[in-house]
Amino acid sequence: MTLKKTAALAAAVSVAALSAASADTLKMAFIDPLSGPMGTSGEAAYVSFQLAAEHINENGGVNGDMIEIVGYDNKVSPQESLVQLQKAIDSGIRYIIQGNGSSVAAAIIDAVNKHNARNPGDEVLFFNYAAVTPDFTNEMCSFWHFRFDAHADMKMNAITDWIAKRDDIKKVYLIGQDYIFGEAVAAAAESQLSEKRPDIEIVGNELHPLAKVKDFTPYVQKIISSDADAVITGNWGSDMTLLVKAAADAGHDVPYLTFYGGSLGAVAALGDGAVDTLYQVTEGITNLDASDEQYALIEEYKERFPDYDYYYHRAFVALHMFDEAAERAGSNDPIPVAKALEGATYEGAYGTVTMRAEDHQAQQPLYISTVSRDVKYTVDNSEWGWKLVEGGEIPAEAAMAETTCEMERPE
Amino acid sequence: METIVFSLLNGTIYGLLLFMLSSGLTLIFSMMGVLNFAHASFYMLGAYFAYTISGSTSYWIALFLAPVIVGVVGMGVERWGLRRVHANGHVAELLFTFGLAYMIDEIVKIVWGRTSVNYEVPELLDFPLFTLYGAQYPAYRIFILFVAIFMLAALWYLLKRTRAGLIIQAALTHPHMVGHLGHNVPQIFMLVFGAGCALAGLAGVIGGNYLITDPAMAVQMGPIVFVVVVVGGLGSLEGAFIAAMLIGLLQTSAISVNASLADIFGFLGLSPTSEVGEITIASMAPMLPFLLLVLMLIVRPTGLMGDREV
Repeated sequence: MTLKKTAALAAAVSVAALSAASADTLKMAFIDPLSGPMGTSGEAAYVSFQLAAEHINENGGVNGDMIEIVGYDNKVSPQESLVQLQKAIDSGIRYIIQGNGSSVAAAIIDAVNKHNARNPGDEVLFFNYAAVTPDFTNEMCSFWHFRFDAHADMKMNAITDWIAKRDDIKKVYLIGQDYIFGEAVAAAAESQLSEKRPDIEIVGNELHPLAKVKDFTPYVQKIISSDADAVITGNWGSDMTLLVKAAADAGHDVPYLTFYGGSLGAVAALGDGAVDTLYQVTEGITNLDASDEQYALIEEYKERFPDYDYYYHRAFVALHMFDEAAERAGSNDPIPVAKALEGATYEGAYGTVTMRAEDHQAQQPLYISTVSRDVKYTVDNSEWGWKLVEGGEIPAEAAMAETTCEMERPE
Repeated sequence: METIVFSLLNGTIYGLLLFMLSSGLTLIFSMMGVLNFAHASFYMLGAYFAYTISGSTSYWIALFLAPVIVGVVGMGVERWGLRRVHANGHVAELLFTFGLAYMIDEIVKIVWGRTSVNYEVPELLDFPLFTLYGAQYPAYRIFILFVAIFMLAALWYLLKRTRAGLIIQAALTHPHMVGHLGHNVPQIFMLVFGAGCALAGLAGVIGGNYLITDPAMAVQMGPIVFVVVVVGGLGSLEGAFIAAMLIGLLQTSAISVNASLADIFGFLGLSPTSEVGEITIASMAPMLPFLLLVLMLIVRPTGLMGDREV
């Protein structure tokens, strides 16, 4: 064949191949740590999204397209995440999922904003399932960013409401990871405690390097010597597990009020010491009363992934909300989906979730739970599980926080 | 008072762990002039082997078996790897150990998975030994202390009081002469490399369940080990000991110091609300060993007791 004919044939074949490839799969990039000290956090969420995608695909997919969750390991490094983000965008992915690490989320929001401004028609959306620094739906809010987890101020509202009712707590110690999120948690704790219980003394405010401390004993010993009646921490991943391990070793039995006490291994590390000592605030726990469908889901998750427990309920909520929004919009393109997501509500297993249009922050009820033996579903393959505390159900209105977001929207 | 006692205890244990790790490195360097980048990887291998062995048999068997296995692996690396590369000079050896470190990292991830494994403290030692100022102190840590001291004593005895130690010390400075006297110097090198790796492996067995056992262990411990060896002085075991204890105590004590930079430098006008002023000594603690490294290299490049420049 002549050169022109070969070239024409090649072009025709490649165009056919291209359109064939993009017809059926809707790829979503999952950019989070899949190895290293925070690898288990990322991995647990990754499989949650995959299971959620499988169920949606079984029910016909999203407007007929099958969801495929593609994992990109960022090792909790913002620089690495930007590299992975570019890789994802270059492979034609329009939906980015991330959560572990507000430092990473901040970088991604910025990068997505810039990309969308420079590439109209090729926009990408960012679904944030766990990075809970309040700024992302306040000063840094963006039309392209949706957050499916209650942010730090909202979670702190739940915790401080619980502390306010406890007269025996007079001294509180704050410990956190030294980056934007840890600082936000500490600031929220200080301001909310002074508002709800001005008599409480904050006897310590410690920030330690993120994912670097291997032995928390010196920190725990500091907490013990400060005579605190309760500890508040936003630590997650290995930092949470190791802190709890050190506290267990030192026999420290004051309440540890955490966001992420459910991190893999934390309950197993404390064992009996966790009962009525370790508390967490989450969007739902497996031992709440729920439908049979939900119980079946919890059990399926455990069967498929025996090393993990059903914890990332918001992964399932996020993908289902995305599915419903896309079906309502009749399209899988980012802008129509985003517009349909604004103000969307979803009847989740543990309450109604509403995506507030003003700032793209999901509003949902929160639950404070502690560890107990007498539960239906245990965690960490141990004999303990999470149980709702008395007065631990915080309705969405109580958890809600005001926003300072002034969002710029495309037409 | 309590902080001082706790810092001393924890700092000593951490320092001894560091020494266990770096003694092997400094021995290897003194002997062969090879800076073994893969040393922390042998530490990681020791922890993982101990995890696997104690999973199927018991921790106590692992305590003896795992370092031996790591030592054998080290000997193999020396015999078939390093010796061949030796002819091409120091840089080639360095690159070889550098590549070895990456390879061991990936092999560990393939065999044991990318996330941490549950390497547990043996039940026999999993109880609080005593209570000090309201905090319990686990017995396992005191066990670490004893193992480290025992290893230190054994190493010292071996090097200073036995014939083998005499030959090793001689081969340290005069390898050719020792060779002419009829000793098998390549074999001595292989044994010393293996012994150095076995020491690192032992540190892994002891430290793996005290700290966390995951594929990032080597990368996290690696830099500190180099700091110890450089600060102590390349080629000096006593220097490594002093440096390890110094760094262990420094890093652990710094965590208990809540004074911020503004408190210390306030008289110079550093405001307590400025970004720099708010930094506390405690949050700087992990950085202090490296600060010490930089200072040492500026002030005294041969290290505390070394005889060679880096």
